[in-house]
Amino acid sequence: MHEMSLAESVLEIIEDSARAQDFRRVRRVVLEIGELAAVEPDAMRFCFDAVMRGTLAEGAELQIVETPGAGRCGQCGATVAMQERYGLCPDCGSAALQVTVGERMRVQDLLVE
Amino acid sequence: MCGTCGCGGRDVLIGGKRPVRAKGGGALAFRAPGSGEGQAGHAHQAAELRVIQVERDLLAKNDAQADANRQMLAARGIFALNLVSSPGSGKTTLLVKTITALNGALPLAVIEGDQQTENDAARIRAAGAPAIQINTGRGCHLDAQMTAQAMRQLDLPDGGLLLIENVGNLVCPASFDLGEAHKVVILSVTEGEDKPLKYPDMFRAASLMVLNKCDLLPHLEFDPELAVDYARRVNPALQVIRLSVSSGEGMDQWLDWIRAGCREAGRTLSDTLESE
Repeated sequence: MHEMSLAESVLEIIEDSARAQDFRRVRRVVLEIGELAAVEPDAMRFCFDAVMRGTLAEGAELQIVETPGAGRCGQCGATVAMQERYGLCPDCGSAALQVTVGERMRVQDLLVE
Repeated sequence: MCGTCGCGGRDVLIGGKRPVRAKGGGALAFRAPGSGEGQAGHAHQAAELRVIQVERDLLAKNDAQADANRQMLAARGIFALNLVSSPGSGKTTLLVKTITALNGALPLAVIEGDQQTENDAARIRAAGAPAIQINTGRGCHLDAQMTAQAMRQLDLPDGGLLLIENVGNLVCPASFDLGEAHKVVILSVTEGEDKPLKYPDMFRAASLMVLNKCDLLPHLEFDPELAVDYARRVNPALQVIRLSVSSGEGMDQWLDWIRAGCREAGRTLSDTLESE
């Protein structure tokens, strides 16, 4: 999907942090990407490298932590593992699954100098 | 995939002009020391490494701006729709017919999103409604900041309707909240019935699906029931209107749906005014 603009958001977050925390170079970026966030890690890596070129994070290692998706069944209340944003509850067969975790995309931490 | 479509947000034009981003320090403003020359400039320094906890969502900035847009729209009683689809589903034609059918009965304005050209905004203006074109350049979707900027440049009607036609793309616009009341996904019957399964995020994010170009059904093997069934598998609460701008089928239902939304937005506005 929109990995290029997401990579630009990562850069904005890095630049904000650099101003607040006073660092000049980023060595590693740890990014949490939920299984249901509809982000392709490979596309994200490609865009990350392209966007970071010529910035304080040029050449930084991108570490992606993928978190599994899960939801709650609105019918029977079961907690269900989800690999897609839709599906049927394995317990009662209802389609009323609400995603509870796995949609997050966030910068967790930075290794800086 | 933006990795392959090469999208990025640096060539944006709104009404033909380059937008002013709200804060300083745009995407590439903060250059690394000695950038372009590797790290030779400070290689002699002993690198002191430390880990900084950040914990910030990538969409936080977009979502905050979308919330601000939504509050502004609510305060002015404006009903805003974000129209999303693949290219060629008939979004612009539907908008033109909607403007003609409403015939000034409802004040409205249009934001048009495309990578290039002013063509769509020109079509909307020719139909009699104020419109502003956002050219996203390489960008494959509108975002909340572009929308805010476009809304500032547009003469928005209080208590009216704002129609935002997103870039033709069934993937990326799903993730970017603009502050709209609803996303409306348009699926034309010249596409495949299984589009909702192939692009579930968009159909999940939408409140209404317009099944468009239904006058062509006799000439196609497209099964509309199957398409609706697939769409509701992804989003059980999805409303559906079958429509054809050529035959007029479904237009009344579509206009009623819009009028009901506008009434609701207007009611919220008068409730707010009364409570103040």
